[in-house]
Amino acid sequence: MTVPIECRHDETFVLNLGPQHPATHGVLRVKLTMDGEYIVKAEPVLGYIHRMHEKMAEDGNFAQFMPNTARMDYLHALAYNHGYCLAVERAAGIEVPERAEYIRVITVELNRMISHILWWAAFLLDLGGFTPLLYAFDDREQVLDLLERVTGSRLTYCYFRFGGVYNDIDDEFIAGTYAFIKRLRSRLPSLYHDLVTGNIILQKRLKGIGIITPEQARRYGCTGPVARGSGINYDVRKNESYSAYSEFDFDVPVYNECDSMARYMVRMDEIEQSMRIIEQALDKLPDGPVKAKVPKILKPAEGDYWASVETARGNLGHRLVCDGKKNPYKLKLRSPTFCNLSCFGEVAEGMLLADALAFMGSLDLVIPEIDR
Amino acid sequence: MSIVEETRIALLDLFPELAAADAEVRAAALAEAEAKAAAEAEAAEKAEKIDDVMEAALAEMESIELKSESEGDAPAGGDNDPEPVEAAAEPEPEPEPEEEGPRENGVMLTDHAARGTDIDVLCAPDQVVEAAKIMDEAGFFLEAITGVDWIKDEKLEVIYDYNQYGQEPCRVAVRTLISRSEPEIATISDVMPSANWHERETHDFYGIKFAGHPHLIPILLPEDADFHPLLKDFKP
Repeated sequence: MTVPIECRHDETFVLNLGPQHPATHGVLRVKLTMDGEYIVKAEPVLGYIHRMHEKMAEDGNFAQFMPNTARMDYLHALAYNHGYCLAVERAAGIEVPERAEYIRVITVELNRMISHILWWAAFLLDLGGFTPLLYAFDDREQVLDLLERVTGSRLTYCYFRFGGVYNDIDDEFIAGTYAFIKRLRSRLPSLYHDLVTGNIILQKRLKGIGIITPEQARRYGCTGPVARGSGINYDVRKNESYSAYSEFDFDVPVYNECDSMARYMVRMDEIEQSMRIIEQALDKLPDGPVKAKVPKILKPAEGDYWASVETARGNLGHRLVCDGKKNPYKLKLRSPTFCNLSCFGEVAEGMLLADALAFMGSLDLVIPEIDR
Repeated sequence: MSIVEETRIALLDLFPELAAADAEVRAAALAEAEAKAAAEAEAAEKAEKIDDVMEAALAEMESIELKSESEGDAPAGGDNDPEPVEAAAEPEPEPEPEEEGPRENGVMLTDHAARGTDIDVLCAPDQVVEAAKIMDEAGFFLEAITGVDWIKDEKLEVIYDYNQYGQEPCRVAVRTLISRSEPEIATISDVMPSANWHERETHDFYGIKFAGHPHLIPILLPEDADFHPLLKDFKP
């Protein structure tokens, strides 16, 4: 792995980016072979925060893995809760009450919004703009308070249960969510779009940079905003509608430019779509229980099952293999960013280093999710 | 034809014998459906002559019959062909029932709502590259590669999950069983570049050697790791 110091006759040199680097948001290392300012070869080196969650899943029973799920994608932890619940519910044949499905959608979408907002802040920080971060954290804080109220935690949620959710939402949460949506609606055009999206410096840095062609996206298995920024209309919430998503009217933003700006726009539009979904869900929130009666120790029938959900970063898949015992025989996690990042080496070739960092930011990397 | 059916037929290329049998079944089903449609049309014609009240009642009954036939067929074939006559032909190529004993190589339709996959393929280890090429041509992307350690049977299972971006869900799992003592299988990373990292990960966790892989070094485990933590006999 380590390249010994050697004399390179073609005047290229190896530049080590990370694992401790502010632009890699965690512990991602990229081994770059440079020719001056241009990248000849880029090789991401992963695993600095690998914790072997898949082994931990096999060691405990089904419910015991639940807290682990939030510790992978800490920015969209509820989607990981959701994905794991769907996989186990599919295996054990558990029906979820309607109210619980609605609450799941509301909380997951709130979480998706703040994930995108935090990405926006951190991405602009990468590009050298500090101020937007302060606005973004202001908005994010409101949602964290709301989610803390119902889930009990602020970042690593363990809110979903097999067959429902842990806690019902109350009137204060509902009122607070409406108020937050109203507030964000007024701030999005003025603060987010006028201040940043329309900014000429941002546009010059993102437009035409980091082109992922639709074919490349497919060959590397890209999903989520990365695929949708490359003109691929793919969203698990629509294509394989799960939970209560089929009952809501929302659009899947798709941009055909394939560049970093397209991915930026997809995420900004998704914030608006999430607000639409939450409003509809709150408007027609059904009454009823929030958790089905489920035995404490589950023993799903033998067989293997797949369940996918759409996280803020793309298609999260769980492959669950059961052998009729009380712990999973095998749990495979298909992390969306792991696949999205795999195209980095090919796309970054020939790019300026500064552009590659902007491109890397536009992929929305969450390292603990890649490394699992 | 639905994408599931199209993909199923494309994947049958892996198994020439099954493909031939399947083509026969499909041709027979089509012929039968045509005959049935002709008979039904004749019956309808005759019915027309009886009297107006009877005709209305009969047409209604028939439409209900046709409707229920095409409805009952939807989960099996996933067919959304607008022609009910065509749809009636679909249940004929029945998916092989999920047998208890060891499964034979072949293509099996699975219920998406219950399993999360639509097609499940079990093939020989040397067919995975060909399977990857078929999936690549059909416009699928690789979702994941993983192993499963069946330590009791002395086998390692390698599962390739494919998916596509179409609006109609169609997820394909291609699986194969290899020896546990000498786990080796050909790489598909030259067909699907995304397999590169997935294969490295599977090599980390299960020690499966992907022959022909350009860069089979640890990806998630430390660079000097000589252990494979997801093997069932792994002791930390």
